[in-house]
Amino acid sequence: MSEVGPLSGLAPGQSGTVAGCRAGHGLLGRLASMGFTPGSRVLMVNNYGHGPLLVMVHGARIALGRGEAARILVRRVEDVSHG
Amino acid sequence: MVELKAPARPRKAASRPLTCCDTTLRQFGLPEGGNAVTVALVGQPNVGKSTVFNLLTGLHQHVGNWPGKTIEQKVGLCQEEGVPLVLVDLPGTYSLTAGSEEERVTRDFIIQQQPDVVVLVADASNLERNLYLLSELVLLPPPIVLALNMVDVAEQNGIAVDAEALSRALGLSVVAMVAAKNVGVRDLLDVVEQIACDQEVYSPARPELRPDHRQVLDTLLQVIEGHVPPPYQPYWVGVKLLEGDREVTELARGWLPAERWEKVHNILFRHEDAILDIAGGRYEWVAAVLEGAQIQHGLGQVTLTERLDRWTTHPIWGLGILGAAAALMFFLVYAVGAPLQGLMEDYLVTAPAAWVTEALQGAPGWVVSLLTDGIIGGAGTMLTFIPILAIFFAALGFFEDTGYMARAAFVMDRFMHLIGLHGRSFLPLFLGFGCNVPAVMGARIVDAPRARLLSILLAPLVPCTARLGVLATLAAAFFGPQAFVVTLTLIVVNLVVLALLGVLLHRVVLRGEQVAFIMELPLYHRPNLQSIGLFVWHHLKAFIVRAATIIVGASLVVWALSNLPTGDIGTSYLAAFGRALEPVGRLAGLNWELMVALLASFVAKENSLAVMGVLFGAGQSGLGLTDLLPTLITPASALGFLAMQMLFIPCVATVAAIKKETGSWAWTLLDLGLLLVVSFAGGIIAYQVGLLLGWG
Repeated sequence: MSEVGPLSGLAPGQSGTVAGCRAGHGLLGRLASMGFTPGSRVLMVNNYGHGPLLVMVHGARIALGRGEAARILVRRVEDVSHG
Repeated sequence: MVELKAPARPRKAASRPLTCCDTTLRQFGLPEGGNAVTVALVGQPNVGKSTVFNLLTGLHQHVGNWPGKTIEQKVGLCQEEGVPLVLVDLPGTYSLTAGSEEERVTRDFIIQQQPDVVVLVADASNLERNLYLLSELVLLPPPIVLALNMVDVAEQNGIAVDAEALSRALGLSVVAMVAAKNVGVRDLLDVVEQIACDQEVYSPARPELRPDHRQVLDTLLQVIEGHVPPPYQPYWVGVKLLEGDREVTELARGWLPAERWEKVHNILFRHEDAILDIAGGRYEWVAAVLEGAQIQHGLGQVTLTERLDRWTTHPIWGLGILGAAAALMFFLVYAVGAPLQGLMEDYLVTAPAAWVTEALQGAPGWVVSLLTDGIIGGAGTMLTFIPILAIFFAALGFFEDTGYMARAAFVMDRFMHLIGLHGRSFLPLFLGFGCNVPAVMGARIVDAPRARLLSILLAPLVPCTARLGVLATLAAAFFGPQAFVVTLTLIVVNLVVLALLGVLLHRVVLRGEQVAFIMELPLYHRPNLQSIGLFVWHHLKAFIVRAATIIVGASLVVWALSNLPTGDIGTSYLAAFGRALEPVGRLAGLNWELMVALLASFVAKENSLAVMGVLFGAGQSGLGLTDLLPTLITPASALGFLAMQMLFIPCVATVAAIKKETGSWAWTLLDLGLLLVVSFAGGIIAYQVGLLLGWG
């Protein structure tokens, strides 16, 4: 099993599965309904090191603030098709 | 043992009298107490829900507000044949948690008004995400029809959806359609009518909780049993309690006796993160439903959305594209809109004024003046802004409908963060370039209350078309070849002031929670002309109504102030007021006439030009205002005036909107006070800069 880290640590093209969310109740509910539930696969689309990020989760393209992305913990998944 | 699934609702007789919506029926000219079927349209933003609504109702729409809410309410009538359908276009939502006003309005309507049928419009190319909403809707009693919209786009993206298999898996009617091409709409109507008249028991597939929380829910349901008043369903209340839904928790606290509430509270306290599990279970349910019904044969192919997003969401290219889009829009507004405004002025102001003067030759002078200067000059001038606003809103509707607006919010997010806002606030503020009123009202889409308030307070600092019109006219008159540079500089300075004030309010007055930025970027699609047309129409209609009410009233007050007691503006109350303020104005190079022009802009920004025309006697001397002004005022004074009028308190219509949206006189007055200080400071600085540049 690979290491668990914040979603904001993924580079574009990398993906991970959600391991948990460190958020207060309101944000937790929003993140969950947007699809960031434990076990969900998240693909990083845009991450320029600063500013908001763009990820793909459950087939939707979601823009996230960097602060919010840092609260989502993901377990890196090695790309199966290229690995 | 408590039953685990929500009980199926016995179907009520079709075509029941729609007593709750008698006012709606009256609006559409239907007999009160008559038969009608209520159909609620729900769906995520940008799935073509409005297209379906517009297609079915055309111009038989009534747009208002949800009672007590700041969310737009759209109700329409569809009377093809048989029973009339009253369609309610519920706000676009991703889920039914009470996280936002939209979500609250949607679920309150479905629970309390119990529509006969709920149509869930879903984007067929993004079903995994879209059906999450369905997983929540099936817990509520009204029967659902799933409208699979944009199946053509899905095909292009390599996604084939088997509507029949989906229908079997869900236990619901599913209609495939392409609303933008009017395909499948007839089928949808047939299905809706059939369900409304059907006596069959409605029992769709429903997501189950994961085993560990199922036990918890069981216990919870036993505790609340017998204490949930209709129209609420105990099962739904239990699930929402477990989700940690704030609103339902409050309700339950009121329903339950203290000792039962204590039990509920203890259970919930131990399962605070149940929402992750519940939502996870729903996504699993959606995946299972889709497994046999959706085939992705083009997996991995790069879609149009992905290709476009590489550019539009890039931190540098994305900004460039946004800049180009905004530049194109302003080019259209001024290249096409401004000449049209000139034409409108001839037809709505000059010609009617001349006609009234002609027709009322025997009448007392003040009557003619009241009609020509007061009403035609005030409200008529306001109406000449229609072409400019129409182009502006058409461009905005285009960006919104294609899905581009979300990208603009995305690239602006990092800048908006500096002033304590996030990307979503960019959308309403951008609207402010057209007119500040929709900007203030548009702040509703900002989810966090603090960020919404800040967006509202900053909106008046976005230069609207009227202010830009005054700026362009006067800059051309005073600065000749340098007009463009002066105009651009003033706009940039204006926006910098907006940012600084944002930082100030954010850091000092409105300190608090950092706002979360989470936003779905919808798939791009071809713009729908009818949707854009109606978007423009609704905004213009609201504008015209304002012009006919607030503006006429305010114009009359200003007319009275500028004509009483002598009938000559030079000796009027307004002039006396302007003279009293002259010492302050002097600091910014403003004489009393310019002070009066500034004050008059409170009615409507473009009024300042008209008032200058009167005060300086344009027309009498044979010279037009723009030729006359440079002979009377120095360019430095003009610069002071321009800076001041751009930063000055907004027009009365905007002030009314601020009061309405903040619901607070304190915030409104604080905002006006701040703007007054900022505008005088700006005016003084600009005047001094003008003097330094040798424009004295």
